[in-house]
Amino acid sequence: MWVYTARRLGLAIVIISVAMAMLFFMIYLVPGDPASIALGPRATPEMKEALRAKMGLDKPVVVQFFNFFVNVLRGDLGVDVWSNRSVSIIVVESLPYTLVLTAVGLGWAILLGVPMGCYSAIRRNTWLDKISGVLSVSAIAVPSFIVALYCLLLFAVEWKVLPAIGAGEQGDYWDQFTHLILPSFAIGLGWVGYLARLVRASMLEIMGENFIRTARAFGLAERTIVYRYALKLAILPTVALMGVGVGNLLSGAVFAEIVFARPGIGKLVYDAVITRNYPVVMGAVLVTTALFVLCTLLADLLAAWLDPRARAAL
Amino acid sequence: MPAQLSDTLTTPAAALRREGFLGQAQRFSRDPLGMLGLILVTLIILAAIFADILAPYGPAAIDVKARLAAPTFEHPLGTDQLGRDVLSRVLYGGRIALEVALVCISVSLGLGLVLGMLAGYGPRWLDNALILIFDAVRSFPVIMFALAVVTLVGPSLETIELIIIVTSIPGYARIVRTQTLSLKNNEFILAERSLGAGIWRVLSVHIMPNVIGPLLILASMDVPVVVTIEAGLSFLGLGVRPPTPSWGSILNDGYAFIRNTPWLVIAGGVPLILTTLGFTFLGEALRDIFDPKLRKG
Repeated sequence: MWVYTARRLGLAIVIISVAMAMLFFMIYLVPGDPASIALGPRATPEMKEALRAKMGLDKPVVVQFFNFFVNVLRGDLGVDVWSNRSVSIIVVESLPYTLVLTAVGLGWAILLGVPMGCYSAIRRNTWLDKISGVLSVSAIAVPSFIVALYCLLLFAVEWKVLPAIGAGEQGDYWDQFTHLILPSFAIGLGWVGYLARLVRASMLEIMGENFIRTARAFGLAERTIVYRYALKLAILPTVALMGVGVGNLLSGAVFAEIVFARPGIGKLVYDAVITRNYPVVMGAVLVTTALFVLCTLLADLLAAWLDPRARAAL
Repeated sequence: MPAQLSDTLTTPAAALRREGFLGQAQRFSRDPLGMLGLILVTLIILAAIFADILAPYGPAAIDVKARLAAPTFEHPLGTDQLGRDVLSRVLYGGRIALEVALVCISVSLGLGLVLGMLAGYGPRWLDNALILIFDAVRSFPVIMFALAVVTLVGPSLETIELIIIVTSIPGYARIVRTQTLSLKNNEFILAERSLGAGIWRVLSVHIMPNVIGPLLILASMDVPVVVTIEAGLSFLGLGVRPPTPSWGSILNDGYAFIRNTPWLVIAGGVPLILTTLGFTFLGEALRDIFDPKLRKG
């Protein structure tokens, strides 16, 4: 396990470094320099020169590349072009909103997806199982921003039962909770489908195992067999998928935050793209990428800890 | 995907020989969801091809008197904030969506095929280097990566296509690589090599036909993903430029005027939902028939 942990950790660090290098060279190779992009078409050459010098863009590539890595390692992601604030602080301020949204989205997926898949597996090939199968595929296929838009249209604009905009009053937990319901459902719905299918498949596999037959032979209640023994094991494969899931949910969160005008990293990036605030965009992209790699790392380690067979894969 | 799994992947070509094409067509016709998917996909493709015949108005034609109108006989899906006929824009928008899907998937499929075969068949260091690059590309959340590129290059149809191609190559390449790795030490490949066949002959004549089948099924299941990225970026106003109609930009207008009329959001969203559902149902049915082992979870 320790060997696996060390190798997996090493791989994660290498992947992040390569991703950072790719981001750096992408910026470097793209025609037009970040300074003119940030200043817009009406900037004078002197203004551009000043900003280029401030951002360190007048130095040789190798030096720039080295500085970029050192700064990121020191937690310095540069400075917001407009407000002159540190990008790291801006990103860290908006990150909690997105993390809460993602966690609650995952909560929806577990709350609805696990029972759905479990029920389908027990009632295999009944019409309820078939309906749940179609529903899961549909939930996976439909884009999350469409779900967000239709939720907004139905619950906030037409029926006016849930709030449409923002994250709620600071300190008012009930208000914050009602503001979370729609966006988290929109990003979690696809994962309701994924979990339902995954749990159904692994439940079916486990219900065919010998120890379940033995449990039946001992006369245990079907309910006890399903919930005490089978479901516990059926949940395991979903753990390995959670890492990837968090990455997808982060992408979905960008749309949910924009549609519902919630503060968060997605809204931050979107506003920065619109105002050509490129240090903020890059900083946020780096942080979310690191977060994604971290989540897959944790999920892989957890899966390897739970199931020693997974350790052989690396 | 662990290496053991790939050994058991059968190719569609092999499955076809066992059962025959007719038997498979029969099994497909008994799958109601697959048939529904096929019908939806056919209708969507036909609507996109014949958009200029089917559309009652031009996609940019303006009816000043009817702005943000609800559906009427003149405008079956209503009009937008400039008085443009939404049905016509939806039909032309389908063209953009399918065009992006066709271009992006064929280019990234081709590149993924070549890179994947090189990684699987080539020397170890090349394999490691390519895998590292694939994994690094996949570690960016797609939308975040797209936003970063759009900030640098500026929004356009070509930018979207570039983003989608770059982010889809690793998925195809990894599948091809595992397939190639499992094929490369088979007797028929070793025999061919001992007869003096070069790397390009082995790859193009012997490996590729065995790899391409599962790849095509994956490609049909990727159409919804690609269409969603295009519509998503256009929805954010960072994709197709106005006045070009796209389902995403119709949704963008609909979002801006959501308190005035629900029809724009409905008209832009429903075709997108039907397209993603249609291709997903079709792709899953094809996969279950031709290549059940591709099934994940």
